[in-house]
Order: sequence, then structure tokens, then C-alpha cells
Amino acid sequence: MVNYIWVFMTLIGLVFAGINGTMAEVNEAIFNGAKEAVTLCIGLISILVFWLGMMKIAESAGLLDKLSNLFRPLISRLFPEVPPGHPAMGYILSNMMANLFGLGNAATPLGIKAMEELKRLNGGRDTVSRSMVTFLAINTSSITLIPTTVIAIRMTYHSAAPTEIVGPTLIATCFSAVAAIFIDRYFHYRRTRKG
Amino acid sequence: MQLISAISLWIIPVLIGFILVYGTLKKVPTYETFVEGGKEGIKMAVSIIPFLVGMMVAISVFRASGALDYFMEFIRPGLEKIGIPADVIPLAIIRPISGNAALGMTSDLIAAHGPDSFIGRLASTLQGSTDTTFYVLTVYFGAVGIKKMGDALKVGLLADLAGFAAAIVVVTIMFG
Repeated sequence: MVNYIWVFMTLIGLVFAGINGTMAEVNEAIFNGAKEAVTLCIGLISILVFWLGMMKIAESAGLLDKLSNLFRPLISRLFPEVPPGHPAMGYILSNMMANLFGLGNAATPLGIKAMEELKRLNGGRDTVSRSMVTFLAINTSSITLIPTTVIAIRMTYHSAAPTEIVGPTLIATCFSAVAAIFIDRYFHYRRTRKG
Repeated sequence: MQLISAISLWIIPVLIGFILVYGTLKKVPTYETFVEGGKEGIKMAVSIIPFLVGMMVAISVFRASGALDYFMEFIRPGLEKIGIPADVIPLAIIRPISGNAALGMTSDLIAAHGPDSFIGRLASTLQGSTDTTFYVLTVYFGAVGIKKMGDALKVGLLADLAGFAAAIVVVTIMFG
């Protein structure tokens, strides 16, 4: 499916540029897009190295196990395929915590680690597993306690109450997280029924 | 407000301090373990590059050609009919696709309408309440080499949609 979306977006863009006369912009966009992607990845190196290093210490010290023990009932219900005490749980939980506190740059390395563990659980295959879909759904609808960037923007524009959106954001993210879990369950149900 | 900014200022340093103290007490060779874990980060970042280049070029082309604007104009009447303000529609569409573009749009909307206007509050809530699904999908699956994504994209986008709907309803009830 991702193949079709990818080709579709690019082709529609190219055809549109032809009709619209925006070929010059598209030429620029091709190289700028590629450049931006590489810049982003290079920027990620510092964050990935630092947080994965820190997390390795936390893992060796047994902190991740402690964390997953604490939330085991919740997590094992959400991820029935992950055996209790599996390292994937620790990473899934720390990723959720990082998202909760708006630490986007700490969340990414942990999320990748969680995916790596889930892939191992799935026999190392290159196909998506049920737990991966669930993890992704919860992750993209991330429950946020403090949307730091938005508060910063609101302060820049002299809001009378920059943090008044914390409440609505929390309610909206909780709702989308619950919806994500239900949508994920529905698709899982449909898959298993088909065989 | 001051409490919240104090918390967000302290949380990372406190976390780092805690991990280091705990690790030392548990007799973990902290520095060596840090380096060992950090090495994985380099491999990860490099392995994401091709996935992100492919995705971001497609998105840039789609945007720069004007196709995205046209698409938004196309679905605008339908969305306005169910009570979604036209101004936030571009933001709602771009949010799952590009985090930077969405942040730019949120700033524009807040600058144009004021942070304490209905549109400003709605844009703030929309921006804070979902993540860049395409980016998360590309990076997470790219880094570990998942090629067949199954229902992941559909589930992610539907969850975003639920988040937008919730944001609009909540902001309308609280500030509308």
C-alpha cells in the first residue's frame, strides 16, 4: 500500500505541475525535499546516540524492567502477543512516557527500539505484526500532558493564557488514543476473520 | 504556568541524573554502557535516510505542484457543512503528513487570528493533539526494516481523524 501512496503522490504532483505551470517549483522541491530529509537524519544522530546510550544504562540497571512490571496489567492487555517481562514492554512504556511529557526527541529512539524488539518477537520477518500496528496507533495519537511547542508559540504571540489549551489537548489526545485502540482492534478482528 | 514551564525545564536533567545515580548504585559500568548503546544510534540514523528521502521528496513535490492546495479546495465545502472552520482545514490535512509544515501553519493561524481567538485555540489544540503519522511510520518501520505495513497506515490515519474530531468538539464546548 505504501508503494501506491508514494507513486500516487509523486505522479499527481508531476501532472499537476505540468497543468499548473509550477514545474520550476517542483524541480526545486525534489532536491530540497531530499536535502531536508538528510539534514533531519543527521540531526537525529545526536539525539539517537544520546538517548540510546542513556537507555542502555537504564536497561542494564534494571530500570526498564521495573517500569514494565509497574504497568504490566495495562500493557499485557494492549499487547497480548508480548510475553510478560519481554524487553519490548520496557521500551514501549518508556516511549509512551516520553510522549506523555512532550519529549518528542527522546520518544523516537525508544520507539525504534520498541519496534526492533517487536520485530524480533515476530521472528525477524519484514511484515508488520499485530503488536506493531497497535504500538503505532497508540504512538501516533500520542497522549500529551504538556504540548511544549504549542505553548511556546502561544507565548510568542502574547496569549493571555498560553497554557489554557493544555486541558482540551489532553482530552482530545485521550479520546484519539482510545479511538486508536478501538480502530486497531476492529482491523485486527477483520483480519483474523478473513483468515 | 510557571509550574508547568518549571517541570518541562527540570524533567530531562532530573531523569538523566536519576538514571546515572541508579546505574552507579547497581554497579553498571555507566560510561562504557552509554557508549555501547550510543553506537546503535548512528546505525539507526543512517538506515532511516533512504526512507525519509523517498517520503519527503514525494510530499514536497505534491505540495510544491499546487496539488495539495487543489485537494483542500475540493474537500472544503463538505467539511464546512459539518461545522469545521475552513481556516483549520489545511492544518488538519497537513498535520499527519509533515510536522514542520504543520507547525508553520499553526504559527500562521495564531499570528493571523490571535492566540486567544477560537481559531487560534483550535489550531493550538489540533497541533498538540496528534503526531505526524507519516513520519512516525516511515522512521519506525524504516529503521527496523518492515516492508509490508499492513493496516498500520489506515489505523494511524483513522486515529488522527478521531483526534481532530475530538479536538474540534472539545474546543467548541469549552471556548465556542
